[in-house]
Amino acid sequence: MKLTVNGEEIDSRAKTVQELLLELGIKPGAVAVEVNLKVIKRAEHPVYPLSERDTVEIVSFVGGG
Amino acid sequence: MKNREKLIVGGVEFTSRLWVGTGKYRTNEEMAAALEASGTEMVTVAVRRVDLKRGSGGLLDYIDTKRYRILPNTAGCYSVEDALRYARLGREAGLSDFIKLEVIGDERTLFPDVMGLLTATEILAKEGFIVLPYTNDDPIMAKRLMDAGAACVMPLGAPIGSGLGIRNPYNIKIILETVDATVVVDAGVGTASDAALAMELGCDAVLINTGIAGAEDAVSMAAAMKHAVMAGRLAYQAGRISKKLYATASSPLEGMLL
Repeated sequence: MKLTVNGEEIDSRAKTVQELLLELGIKPGAVAVEVNLKVIKRAEHPVYPLSERDTVEIVSFVGGG
Repeated sequence: MKNREKLIVGGVEFTSRLWVGTGKYRTNEEMAAALEASGTEMVTVAVRRVDLKRGSGGLLDYIDTKRYRILPNTAGCYSVEDALRYARLGREAGLSDFIKLEVIGDERTLFPDVMGLLTATEILAKEGFIVLPYTNDDPIMAKRLMDAGAACVMPLGAPIGSGLGIRNPYNIKIILETVDATVVVDAGVGTASDAALAMELGCDAVLINTGIAGAEDAVSMAAAMKHAVMAGRLAYQAGRISKKLYATASSPLEGMLL
């Protein structure tokens, strides 16, 4: 399945947000995930389904003022 | 002494009146040491894409979130839509309603777009955010932001990262007299005396990033800012003498030989 994650097109087998994070090796800790411009609550990660051509953004905190 | 009340923002009580940014340090270790030296209890962070090749950056590995409250910002947002999007992502990443709201109007000055800021403040406050808006040193806008539901106002002392200090102390003073709200000087503080001046004016707190991170010795500057904020606050509470054009002798004239 093709997804656009953080601006990059990737091939993924993930059926849910949580599976995508695992696949990408991202610790689920302090990240926020947006699917097609909708913020997905952390509790929904295990069940929120991903579909072909979804646009996903995964963000975390970096240094800033 | 006047104004002995504590600093409370969004229902959270702060002992330290210095908030510190986490950007631009040479290393994460230096940042952690500077936070420690500053005595701060709240640190700002930015929200950015995770690098898929390197994994999540791990900034929070260097910040003890039990000790420091995380204040995500919307830095880099030039529209209301972007600011709302970053604020909502920041809330989800940090599981906190605090947001340092920036809607930037211009790349060269990084001055706020106050029209956009006001709109975004109103929307986010209604969504339950504790909105801390970075704004101009404009008393009228400060009042508007408070009316829109802001938790405090954060007027700039000077442009972000400029180190020019408090360029218009009179406007800051008028803001303090105009709004019955917490006022935090955000941006422009370049050295300890700038921080002390902000506090002597009666500001409730100061937010500093570049002034600390960009110093030759960031950790020492963090300590200097800590002391400056405390000194400025104490001087404000103590009530300074009025300025006079001519001398007033400190020693008695009585008992002199002639």
